[in-house]
Amino acid sequence: MLDFVQQLVSGIALGCVYGLIALGFVLVYKATEVVNFAQGDLMMLGGFFAFTFIGMLGLNYWLGFAGAVAAMALFGMLAERVVVRPILGYPQFSIIMATIGLGYFLRSVVGMIWGTDDFKIETPFSDGVLRIGSLVLAYDKLSVIAATIILCALLYLFFNRTTLGTAMRASSENMLAAYYMGIPVKRVVSIVWAISAAVATAAGVLLAPITFIHSNVGLVLGLKAFPAAVLGGFGSIPGAVVGGVLIGVIESMAGFYLPQGWKDVAPYIVLLVVLLLKPEGLFGIHTRKKV
Amino acid sequence: MRFLFKTDYEDDIRLFPHSGYVVSYGILLALLMIAPFVLSSYLVSQLVFVCIYATVGVGLMILTGFTGQASLGHAAFLAIGAYTAAYLQQYNVPFPVYFLAGGLLTGVVGALVGFPALRLTGIYLVIATISFAFIVEEVLARWESVTHGNEGMRVKTLSLFGQAVPQNGPTFYFLCLGVLILTIVGTLNLLRSPTGRAFVAIRDSETAARSMGVNVSLYKVKSFAISAAITGLAGVLFAHKLSFISPEMFTLQLSIEFIIVILIGGTFSLHGAVLGAIFLVMIDPFLTYLKDDLPGIIAGTFATFGADSVTAGKIYSNVAAVASANGLKGAIYGVIIVLFVLFEPLGLYGRWLKIKLFFQLFPLYKRATFKRQKIYVKSERNR
Repeated sequence: MLDFVQQLVSGIALGCVYGLIALGFVLVYKATEVVNFAQGDLMMLGGFFAFTFIGMLGLNYWLGFAGAVAAMALFGMLAERVVVRPILGYPQFSIIMATIGLGYFLRSVVGMIWGTDDFKIETPFSDGVLRIGSLVLAYDKLSVIAATIILCALLYLFFNRTTLGTAMRASSENMLAAYYMGIPVKRVVSIVWAISAAVATAAGVLLAPITFIHSNVGLVLGLKAFPAAVLGGFGSIPGAVVGGVLIGVIESMAGFYLPQGWKDVAPYIVLLVVLLLKPEGLFGIHTRKKV
Repeated sequence: MRFLFKTDYEDDIRLFPHSGYVVSYGILLALLMIAPFVLSSYLVSQLVFVCIYATVGVGLMILTGFTGQASLGHAAFLAIGAYTAAYLQQYNVPFPVYFLAGGLLTGVVGALVGFPALRLTGIYLVIATISFAFIVEEVLARWESVTHGNEGMRVKTLSLFGQAVPQNGPTFYFLCLGVLILTIVGTLNLLRSPTGRAFVAIRDSETAARSMGVNVSLYKVKSFAISAAITGLAGVLFAHKLSFISPEMFTLQLSIEFIIVILIGGTFSLHGAVLGAIFLVMIDPFLTYLKDDLPGIIAGTFATFGADSVTAGKIYSNVAAVASANGLKGAIYGVIIVLFVLFEPLGLYGRWLKIKLFFQLFPLYKRATFKRQKIYVKSERNR
């Protein structure tokens, strides 16, 4: 029972990271129907920015965190402007390929600049543990869960209580109609990319104490975050987080209770089964064109 | 220049629209036939890889280019073909038998993947194929009684009608070339047939295809099966070329490389598959060239324009440092993919068509002929 709770908590913590990356996918997909395969790599780049600010320049953790988020928000806008905007409205395949290319580029450039070693970011809550009876929970895992909850609440408030959030929802419903209603769709899209890169950065920095940061971490985690987003139903924000947590818990449980080798494939098997039964994911809305 | 007047359907689907095609492809074939006797063994080896990658490219083109079903799991099909060959070879099964068996088995697996894929579109399909590839990779690593797990399997030298065919010799090259040519001709014929027309109809509009009476699910499964079978055949050759296979060779990276083949070559043409394969295989020699010769060339150029020897030396070492940086290949892949998607979505073949048309219409060429049109209304969400 104790083992189970322990595995559950670490699974949820890992799943929250997947969920945060998946959240980035979903934000961008909802707004522009672009599937961003480089989302994991944005997370990796954010982690490296934070490492540069905190580990190399010696800034305060929170200051470095904020700096990395700001830098990545700018980078997200830049990526949108350079790579994605020219091909908005083209077939999905082109856009997927463009973002895969972007991911390749980021990975190898990061490898060239920072090297291919593992890096670790020192955090204020790296070492401590919370003891409840004989249950031992590491602070770094709890911090990931707490941060995910806070971020989701903030995003919820942003989308439902602010004008900009409403504008974003409008342009994700129907870009053309939103444009005719006077919403600056292009600016909205680039802000969406900024937010999604910022969320990815938060995931990267939170993840840094759990696994080390290296240039391929984005690919590895991005490939787990995809099933998370698809499981939740691409295009549903709560779905992304729930999907992420599910994938994290499945992976953690499979790693503990099943023989070796199941850990890596169990999430994909579950995903395939879910897709077979419910092709639009758990929370997906299957829209039909009215003729 | 020559004008092609098409007056009936037969004209439209002819394999060689006019005699010029026969001449140019004949010359190309002749050049390819004498290639192994003229070129260095390294280049012949690269040509073999071009043939194998192009065969996979043709297979993927049928699925992604012509039926519009994206797949990022083709490395798994290649792996199934390769492992079938390696496994059957242990029992002294002759090459033609396990070659066809590899294709057949992969085709069956492809059809089995195609059935669940029927209900999936767009990004869901991509993820499902990736998941399938991961599962196959893991099965290959764990099913040790058949695949020897992570130790990998040694593939014996190919023997055809009692004759050994070493993977570096000209005969193996001719074998791969033959398979490629047969695949291409077969695919061309397939595309001229009702099946191929149905594939293209599904790609362009599933709803329209269905309303024309095309059995969409049947043709989607067919497309998966044919595409997988061709990839499986290539897998058998791949196993022989490398003479050693292990699960970590068939990763997502390889699937992405196949997608790069058809993307860079041009997504809607069989020429594209071959051009893309040439491109992908030639990146490695190009990188070697960058490392070995480019710094010298650049420094030499600066020296001839009056830079003194110290500056030239500095330039040399700087260029050499960049050219031999770790992971340069990834950056080049990335930049090239993005540039192609942004500026030349029809790929190398599209570029060739533009050049050809420029010369055909010489003083009257208009760039706007190939202007892309944005389609904002066609949403993937409303299906």
